[in-house]
Amino acid sequence: MNSKKKILIVDDSEMNRALLEDMLSDDYEILEAENGMEATTIMHSHELDICLVLLDIVMPVMDGFDTLAMMNKNGWIKNMPVIMISAETASTYMDRAYSLGAVDYISRPFDERTVRHRVDSNVILGEKQKELSSRLTNQIFEKEKDNRLMIEILSHIVEFRNGESGLHVLHVHTITELLLKALKNKTDKYPLTQKDISLICNASALHDVGKISIPSEILNKPGRFTPEEFEIMKGHTVEGAKMLKDIPFRENEPLIKIGYQICRWHHERYDGRGYPDGLKGEEIPIAAQVVALADVYDALTSKRVYKPAYTPEKAVEMILNGECGVFNPLLLECLKDNAEQLKTELYVLSVGNATDKEIQKTVAHALKTDGTDASNRTIRLLEHERMKSKILSDLSREIMFEYTASPEMVTLSDWSADLLGLPVTIVNPKESEFGKRVFKRKDFEEILNKLKNSTPDKSDISGKYMLDIKGEKTWCKIIAKAMWSDTEPPEYEGAIGKIIDINDETEEMKLLEEKANLDFRTGLLNHEAAKSKITSLLASAKNKQYALVFFDLDNFKQANDVYGHLFGDEVLEHIAATIKKNIRRTDVAARIGGDEFIIFMGYRGTVEPQIKRIFESLTVDFKGFPIKVSMGVACMDGVQDYDTLFEMADKAAYSVKRSGKNSYRFYDDSLKDVVTDRG
Amino acid sequence: MTVKECYEVMKGDYDDVISRLRTDDRVKKFLLKVLDDTSFSTLCKALEEKNIEEAFRAAHTLKGVCKNLSIDNLAYSASNLTEALRGRQDYGDDIDPLFKKVKKDYALTMACIQML
Repeated sequence: MNSKKKILIVDDSEMNRALLEDMLSDDYEILEAENGMEATTIMHSHELDICLVLLDIVMPVMDGFDTLAMMNKNGWIKNMPVIMISAETASTYMDRAYSLGAVDYISRPFDERTVRHRVDSNVILGEKQKELSSRLTNQIFEKEKDNRLMIEILSHIVEFRNGESGLHVLHVHTITELLLKALKNKTDKYPLTQKDISLICNASALHDVGKISIPSEILNKPGRFTPEEFEIMKGHTVEGAKMLKDIPFRENEPLIKIGYQICRWHHERYDGRGYPDGLKGEEIPIAAQVVALADVYDALTSKRVYKPAYTPEKAVEMILNGECGVFNPLLLECLKDNAEQLKTELYVLSVGNATDKEIQKTVAHALKTDGTDASNRTIRLLEHERMKSKILSDLSREIMFEYTASPEMVTLSDWSADLLGLPVTIVNPKESEFGKRVFKRKDFEEILNKLKNSTPDKSDISGKYMLDIKGEKTWCKIIAKAMWSDTEPPEYEGAIGKIIDINDETEEMKLLEEKANLDFRTGLLNHEAAKSKITSLLASAKNKQYALVFFDLDNFKQANDVYGHLFGDEVLEHIAATIKKNIRRTDVAARIGGDEFIIFMGYRGTVEPQIKRIFESLTVDFKGFPIKVSMGVACMDGVQDYDTLFEMADKAAYSVKRSGKNSYRFYDDSLKDVVTDRG
Repeated sequence: MTVKECYEVMKGDYDDVISRLRTDDRVKKFLLKVLDDTSFSTLCKALEEKNIEEAFRAAHTLKGVCKNLSIDNLAYSASNLTEALRGRQDYGDDIDPLFKKVKKDYALTMACIQML
C-alpha cells in the first residue's frame, strides 16, 4: 500500500495529458486514456485503485458525458471522484456534468496551483469518505452482531428450558425467510420490503419467548396435557406479547411491534379456530402467519419427546393435508413450491455460518439504504480474491476469460492473452478477433445467448466448439458460469469461463470410431457395425416391418479388368452414394466386402416399390459402364436374428445370379434348400 | 531566442503562461511538444475531406493546446474556426477564410518555436 495513488487522465490531446501529468506526477501515479472507451477499460481493471479521474468533454469515440453515464451505470462514480477539465465554460455543460455526478470542474487553460489544489482536496475528500464508510460498516456490523446475539441468547434460554435443541430458532428463521421471499415473488398482496423480511426473520426468534413464564413441570411434561394444563400452556402467546409490550419506552420499535404480532398470534388458525384471539384469515398479521407455518414445519421435522422426526416430504404432505392446522393457501403454495430448497437449506444449516451470513446481508443492506458504499474492508477482501484467482488461473494453463455485459468486453488472463496473441482487454468482443477469429462468429453468439438465457439457479453452460488457436483448428470444451447480481430481480452481469483443449482426445475418439465402424472405401458401415445395429433394431422392432436386401455386382470383375482398379473403386463409391440417396436416415447400409452390399430398411405394407426404386437407381450406366446387380430380399416376417435373415437374402440373390442375373427376387420357402457359394 | 522573446513574436501572453505554469523550463518543454501535436494536420485533412465533425474536434483541440500555453494569437483564430464548425452539417463559404487565418498563425507560431 506504499505505492502512489493513481489518477486517470482522460483527454484526446496528448499535450493536455502531458501538461497535467507534469503537474501531478510528483505525488500521483498517472494513467492515461485518449477517449472514454479506453477510459472505461482502464476503470474496469483498476476499479479499486483509481482515486480520481480527470475527464475531458469533447473527445472522439466516446465523449466525456457518455463516459460519466457509463460510470454511473457501473457504479464506479461512487468510488472514483471525477473532475471535468474542459475549455467549455458554458453553464449548460457544467450543469450536465454535475448532474451526472462530476465533483468539480477545472477550466482550461490549466493553472498549476488550481489543478494541484483541486486534485489534492478531492482525493483527500474521497479518502475520508471511504474511511468513514468503512468505520460505519464495522460499527453497523458489530451492532447488528450484538443485537442478534442478544435475541439468540434470549430465545435459547427459552428453548433450553423447554428441552429443545437450540436449532429450532435458527430453523424457524430460515424457513420464515424462505417463505417470505417466495411469497413476495408470488404476490404483491403483502407489501414486503427487503427490510421487512429481515425484520420479521429476526423477530421470529422471539415467537416462544412467553414460555419463560410457564412452570417447567408443565412445559416439560412428557405425557398429554390435562385441559387445565393446556390452558396454561396456551398462555405463552399472550405472555410473550405482553413481555415485549411492557419493555419501557420501546413500544414503537419495529422489532417490538413485529415481535408482538408473532408472539401473540403464531397459534392462530386461518379458519379462525386458533388461540388466543381466534383471529381469522387476513386478520392475522402476515408475520405471524408465516412464523406459525415455519414453527409447525420445524416441529414436524424435528424429534420431540412425544414424537419422532418426520421426513421433510412427510411433513409437507401432512401440512398440505390439513393435519396440522389451517393456513393461508398462498403460503401453502409457497411451501409446496420450495419444499426441495427448504430441505437442503435446513440440512446444511450450521449455527455459526448462518448467523454471519445473515449479519453480512443486513450490513450490506443497511449501507445501501444509508447511501454509503462498499467499505475498504470489502474492497480489501475483493482485491485478495482477485490476486488469488489470477495466480490460480495462470497456474492452470487453461484459457480463462471474463465477459462483462456492459460495457461489453472480454478480459483474458495474462497467460491466455499471450497464448492467443490477443490483448488482455477486448472491447466489443463480438466484432473482435476473439469473437470472429478464435471463435466462429455464430458459435460465439450462441455461447453468449446461452449465458444470457441462463438463470441465477442454473447459470452453468458448456459445449464443444472448434476454435482457432494460433492458426490451428482445435476442438475445445467451453465451460462458463453466468454471473447474476444479487439484486431483486437479478440482473445479468456477464460470465467467467474457461476453454479447455480437447482436440487430442476428440481426434483420437473420432479416428477410433471410424476405424471401428466405417468401410474405408465407401463411408458406409462395415459388416460388423451393420450387424450389431441391425440386431438391436430387430430386437426393438415391435410392430415395425423390416426387409434385408443383399446384392452384389454381376460384372464387377469386368469393370476392374477393362477399366482398371481405380475405376472399380469409383464404381463402388458411386454405388454407395446412390444407396445413401435412396434410403432413410434410420435405415442401415453397409458394404460387407468386395462388391457385396446390404441394406436394412423399414417399410409399411409392401416393400416392393422401395426395392424396385433402389434396384432401378442402381442399375444405370456409369461413365460408359453398365452396372448390373443380383439382388435378394428377405422380409422379417417373424425372423428375429440377423444371421437367418442374411442367409435368406443371400439365397434369393444367389438364385437371381443363377437364373439370368441383373434382377431382384424376394426370398420364399422354395429357396429353403438352396446352397449358396458361401455354403 | 528566450521564451519571453518567442511569446512576443508569436503574439502570446508570456506573463499569463508564467503565472500558470511557473517556470520557463516547463513552458519551453511544452512549447516544443506543440511541434509534435497532430491536431493541426488532422484539421487540414478533415477539412479537405469535408468531415465537419472531425474538423471541429481537431480545431477544438488545437485551440485547447494554444490556450494552455497562452499562445493567444493562434488560440483566437482556432477558436473562431471552432465556433464556425460547431454543430454544423455542411461546409460553408465562411470556413475557408477562417481556416486560412489559422494556417497563417500556425506557421508563424511554429517558426517561433523552432527558434527556441
